[in-house]
Amino acid sequence: MASITLDNVGKVYPGGTRAVGGVSIDIADGEFIVLVGPSGCGKSTLLRMIAGLESISEGTVRIGDRAVNDIEPADRDIAMVFQNYALYPHMSVRQNLAYGLKNRRTPKAEIDRRVAEAAEILQIGPFLDRKPRALSGGQRQRVAMGRAIVREPAAFLFDEPLSNLDAKLRVTMRLEIKELQRRLRTTSIYVTHDQLEAMTLADRLVVLNGGRIEQIGTPLEVYRKPASTFVAGFIGSPAMNLIPARAVPQLPGSAHAGIIGIRPEDLTIAPDGPIAMDVLAVEELGAQRLVHGQTGGERLTVTMPSDAPLSDSLRLAFRPGSLHLFQAEGGRRIE
Amino acid sequence: MKRTIFRNQLLPWLLLAPQLAITFIFFLWPAAQAIRQSFLRQDAFGISTQFVGLSNFKALWNSPEYLNSLQVTAVFAVLVTVLSMGFSLLLAVAVDRTIRSSSLYTTLLVWPYAVAPAVAGILWWFIFNPTIGIMPYVLDVVGYDWNHISSKTDALALVVIASAWKQISYNFLFFVAGLQSIPASLREAAAIDGAGPVRRFFDITLPLLSPTTFFLLVVNIVYAMFDTFAVIDATTEGGPAQATNILVYKVYFDGFVGQNMGSSAAQSVVLMGIVILLTVIQFRYVEKKVAY
Amino acid sequence: MIENRPGLNLLAHLTLMLGVAIVALPVWVALVASTHTATDFMSGTIPIWPGPHLVENYARMLDAGVSTSGTPPVGTMMLNSLVMALLIACGKIAISITSAFAIVYFRFPLRNLAFWCIFITMMLPVEVRIVPTFQVVADLGLLNSYAGLSIPLIASATATFLFRQVFLTIPDELTEAARIDGAGPLKFFRDILLPLSRTNIAALFVILFIYGWNQYLWPLLITTSSDYYTIVAGIKRMADAVDGLPQWHLVMATAMLAMLPPVAVVIGMQRLFVKGLVETEK
Repeated sequence: MASITLDNVGKVYPGGTRAVGGVSIDIADGEFIVLVGPSGCGKSTLLRMIAGLESISEGTVRIGDRAVNDIEPADRDIAMVFQNYALYPHMSVRQNLAYGLKNRRTPKAEIDRRVAEAAEILQIGPFLDRKPRALSGGQRQRVAMGRAIVREPAAFLFDEPLSNLDAKLRVTMRLEIKELQRRLRTTSIYVTHDQLEAMTLADRLVVLNGGRIEQIGTPLEVYRKPASTFVAGFIGSPAMNLIPARAVPQLPGSAHAGIIGIRPEDLTIAPDGPIAMDVLAVEELGAQRLVHGQTGGERLTVTMPSDAPLSDSLRLAFRPGSLHLFQAEGGRRIE
Repeated sequence: MKRTIFRNQLLPWLLLAPQLAITFIFFLWPAAQAIRQSFLRQDAFGISTQFVGLSNFKALWNSPEYLNSLQVTAVFAVLVTVLSMGFSLLLAVAVDRTIRSSSLYTTLLVWPYAVAPAVAGILWWFIFNPTIGIMPYVLDVVGYDWNHISSKTDALALVVIASAWKQISYNFLFFVAGLQSIPASLREAAAIDGAGPVRRFFDITLPLLSPTTFFLLVVNIVYAMFDTFAVIDATTEGGPAQATNILVYKVYFDGFVGQNMGSSAAQSVVLMGIVILLTVIQFRYVEKKVAY
Repeated sequence: MIENRPGLNLLAHLTLMLGVAIVALPVWVALVASTHTATDFMSGTIPIWPGPHLVENYARMLDAGVSTSGTPPVGTMMLNSLVMALLIACGKIAISITSAFAIVYFRFPLRNLAFWCIFITMMLPVEVRIVPTFQVVADLGLLNSYAGLSIPLIASATATFLFRQVFLTIPDELTEAARIDGAGPLKFFRDILLPLSRTNIAALFVILFIYGWNQYLWPLLITTSSDYYTIVAGIKRMADAVDGLPQWHLVMATAMLAMLPPVAVVIGMQRLFVKGLVETEK
């Protein structure tokens, strides 16, 4: 168990392409950190630098109080769960779990004990002598986690571990990972592009864009006070409405903000509301409906109860205090 | 390109050492020697050598024997390639139509691959043996007097048949694989469009088979030019009257039997040029170009 | 098959049967000839059906041979062929798989040069550099030895490319997992790469065994002592010698014995054989 510190970490590939720049994060012992961002934002590169699979071109990575920049992955005391599981196809589940321990010359009895324990936790006991190809996706996922657990490492690194599973299983496994981490209290860094997965799993989120950190915070902080239009648009579903202030001059703050953000769930139908919307399309979700329309020439989405009255044009009000103001240049939040 | 690499610097050289050592000692060095010798001439007693520039190559160009060998090689390679590929394609198309018995036929057709060219030569030499062979006996019935020991045409026919026979299984396997990779839906679509089996073969199958065909074309030419040495040596030994003296056989004969080192080396260099050309064609065009 | 046309199907079967017959003809004739005695050929044509002397002819060739031809017993030559084929097949696989490992999994100076050196062997078949190669082998004192028979033939660009291709399809994550699991390069090679390449190795072995067994020109040149004659090269010496004195039944028995091992390998391991053939040409 250990804290992990990234100090001004950057990655420049030979040839000059910059993938990551100026990333500093302090991760507390036992914390569950999720790196989230669109594809190509540098989140995987960052994780792989922590793992030692990519060299670190700038800054320092510390695991515990040890700088690990020049330490081999095997000696960093981390374990990694890969997107495609990366199970050794020619080894049984048991051999897969034991391989890392065997390479570290762990005594046989100790290996057996740890494998049994991991199998118990993950309920993969019945499959120990099968080959990976005889397992379902969810079972392989468990084995991949088992391989991390048996090592009893200082940190778990997860690289989009659920993206190969179908939607239903993903929800189940998400919960299992969360419970497992609660139980083991091992520092974890988890990479995903799925904002919902990020919100539900994280103690703290790190939102990345273009190789740089947009915001660090608890899921609620990030949701309630997105630091930029990028974060505002990325976190939360359906995405926040981001409207140029000049299109809605009637809203408070529109005089000194470039962009105004309103979450669809913060808008309600009100006959005397300040916003007039022409309805373009309606999506029924069952409990709710999403109404898409236009105001002042800008797109707008509203979440409303499925029994709310519908017509071709609506007047909308926003919940007090729910407006987000952003600068026109760079999209930073205005408090 | 691998993303993950090991950082060791010495280890890769140790891993490569055996292959590189053998390559240098038995491939690059002798090839360099051949090139060097192609510019030299030895006196009759092998005592002194002198640099003669391109005169070995010029001598080849002016040698009727060498020009004959070039022509024989070209005719031989074309005949072997066309005969073997044509016959194999016919068999592959037939196998593609049969469903249940295709693996049995395949087994019965693939084994000649394993027969050494030298042995293939001996087998056909025996079948066509003018005194006791069965083919001359059969041909005699239709009025043809076969004798590959005296007739140039018969000798060439013999080595062509033996060489083509040996290559049937190879071509067959690749044609079958090529045919199976053509989606059935394409032929079904053509059938719905009213094309009969023969039409479908020429309009759909053959064009879509062109990558395989072109690949096999190159492979067969290489085979006919270089791997048939054993067929020639085991049967006609280049005769009669140079009728089957293909380039690789001539290199060997002039070098080892004739002891004409300069000329043999020059011939080697020409052959190297041909192989390099064929390899380049294979790599540049076979991989992807003739594909749809 | 799209529509059911019995006529076409019949034609397909007839074509195939004819094809099989043509392909099998020379071997049938050889088999028949090898079961007769020399006197049976005197009549002028070879018999069409097998005779009663199969065991006698083969046994004679295996342990005595034809002494007048200067060749050793066929049994000895087959043993030499076997040793040569195994050395070539195993040698090629061993040096190619380590070369491919070095080229795929390491970055080092002159890596491209090394790659090209190996690639170039593809363009230098033994037939085109025969005289100087013979000279090198003679200078090294390798004439009439198993080393001389096999080592000059075991450099292989094809096999190296095959393994390179195999390694490139092995996901990077597997290597990364192994690195995190504490496997260094050699351990990774032994524990992960070798087991994962098992069927490729087997398929390649089948092809290379046939290649090695069927070598002709090279053994013909470098074996002057009959102790090292291989059967494929020896059969020609035998056929030459019997030209005057037709012992075709014995030559054909030898021919049958010469093709038996590789043909058995192809038929017995057809699936691996086809895999090997297709892969080495990619």
